[in-house]
Amino acid sequence: MFNRAPRPKRGVIALYDNPDALLTAAARVKEHGFPDVDAFTPYPVHGLSEALGIKKSWVPYVTLVMGLAGAVLALGFEIWTSAIDWPLNVGGKPMVSLPAFIPITFEGGVLIGGTMTLAALLVACGLPNLGAPILDRDLTNDRFALWIPDTGPDWNETRAIDFLKTTNPVDLRVIRV
Amino acid sequence: MTEAARAMLGEPPLIDPKKSFGDVTAEVAAPLERKPGTMWKVAFGISLLLVLGMVGTLAYQFQTGLGILGISHPVGWGTYITNFVFWIGIGHAGTLISAILHLFRQRWRTAINRSAEAMTIFAVMTAGLFPLIHVGRPWFIYWALPYPNWRFLWVNFRSPLVWDVFAVSTYFTISLCFWYTGLIPDFASIRDRSSGWRRTIYGWLSLGWRGSERHWQHYERAYMMLAGLATPLVLSVHSVVSFDFATAILPGWHSTIFPPYFVAGAIFSGFAMVVTLLVILRKVFHMEEYITLHHLENMNKVILVTGMMVGYAYLTEFFVAMYSGNQFEGFTFWNRATGPFAWAYWIMVGCNVVAPQVFWFKRFRRSIVVMFIVSILVNVGMWFERYTIIISSLSRDFLPANWAYYRPTIFDYLVLAGSFGWFFMWFLLFCRFFPAISMAEVKGVLWTAKKNAGVTPAPAPEKVHV
Repeated sequence: MFNRAPRPKRGVIALYDNPDALLTAAARVKEHGFPDVDAFTPYPVHGLSEALGIKKSWVPYVTLVMGLAGAVLALGFEIWTSAIDWPLNVGGKPMVSLPAFIPITFEGGVLIGGTMTLAALLVACGLPNLGAPILDRDLTNDRFALWIPDTGPDWNETRAIDFLKTTNPVDLRVIRV
Repeated sequence: MTEAARAMLGEPPLIDPKKSFGDVTAEVAAPLERKPGTMWKVAFGISLLLVLGMVGTLAYQFQTGLGILGISHPVGWGTYITNFVFWIGIGHAGTLISAILHLFRQRWRTAINRSAEAMTIFAVMTAGLFPLIHVGRPWFIYWALPYPNWRFLWVNFRSPLVWDVFAVSTYFTISLCFWYTGLIPDFASIRDRSSGWRRTIYGWLSLGWRGSERHWQHYERAYMMLAGLATPLVLSVHSVVSFDFATAILPGWHSTIFPPYFVAGAIFSGFAMVVTLLVILRKVFHMEEYITLHHLENMNKVILVTGMMVGYAYLTEFFVAMYSGNQFEGFTFWNRATGPFAWAYWIMVGCNVVAPQVFWFKRFRRSIVVMFIVSILVNVGMWFERYTIIISSLSRDFLPANWAYYRPTIFDYLVLAGSFGWFFMWFLLFCRFFPAISMAEVKGVLWTAKKNAGVTPAPAPEKVHV
């Protein structure tokens, strides 16, 4: 279940030895109109998503909605157990002791919000995905790559290679994955 | 301060700009790839022995009962609760460094956040032991959770002890999520430089991370969200712990100053523990170029500030007790400073208020020997702070007929020592098997340092083979 079929099967990868070279190349790739271009970097390089035209992450919405849901759930549960399921008089305090219920309401929001943020991150990235092809072992070490995948019938490999050659990479390869 | 601003102000870079990205990976991964040294083995052996002492004591305690400890009437909360508050407090610095400094864009945190977060996880794991063993019948600990049962009873949600169950378990879970999120790209780095079973294991741990920009985009936002959640969480946890005391009517506990006072103390003791650990870690694993004197100096500044906050809280507490005109309140505080537990009180004041004052001087802030000694003193002092609050208040409450002295037994000490063994056992395992420095984050800082220093790589030679 953790091994999704990698797709696409083939593409051109250009390796750079510093993030600025990659950024320069990424800024130019959009005007050449290659679809589904991706970059691989050992650390998050700022400005890269904008250059590649990658949409902003939707993960924060999950945090917001799930955080609020967790808080409502926790407060609802406290009220239900204390005032509805078995109303028990503890020290003459009101059944719905709202101020006393706030700490757990807060913790419930943080707990559900936080765990669901991690879950959303994994879903958004399609992880775990142990079968994902490692395009180059140095991409988590000291190499920065631009990846132009084969996206179907319109694919023109020579054009991708010609373009990437002009970006001055340290290495350029066609990969079958 | 950003790296660019640092360069303009002529401050030294956070990391030597001559290092390459590959150096960072190789040097951080080095401790994971060689056999453990003698120092590590000795330290691990001692930790295991201490844990064994604790396990033996607990076996005896579960069989015999809590009577083997020093607790008795009227002091029903002894060293176990002291240890609980102490260890929870230790954890706070990790979250502060990783989450709050992240939100404030303090980039010097990059070299130390991983180990500080690990410290949080292990400190909370240690703290969590104490309520478990203090209930006397730990096999019923699940009664603290609201679950459907045939007695049709729910927990009392108005009780701070129940709040504590939720606060501490949430804190542990979220810290773990935050820590693991940070580890994913680094596990991938380790995976890509190893082979065989190591590759398989780190491959699983990395979940198949490849550093795709589409993934980084989600990753960075998720990391930011987790930091945003962890920040109020860390402030809430020690506040809730302080409610355990503050909602009681006992003089010395019943105080509105407790939540901020406990949080400041927690950060204070946690930073001291981070300094203790990092001084050892950077020496044993040769990380001096990553965890620099500059990092340690910054932490010593935080220790100085939070130490003075704690000292201010001691004064406020004392003043309010005297000024309140409440006979019991006034007596409790006078008794703390001059009564049978005065020795603990003055250890606390000496270690927490006086000792950190040496950090006013740059020479001492940057001296490894001085900071190591002060950081240990601070932790001793913070343990005695909790001891003073809990025990001196309980031992002399409203009725003099009720008063008694408290003396921990050998078993209290064995469990205290065992808790340190347990904590260090996990920390030592962490240093051996997990990357102790966040490689991905350090590389980001390194590149800016390189650009500021003008040490960018020469244009690469054309080397195209298709």
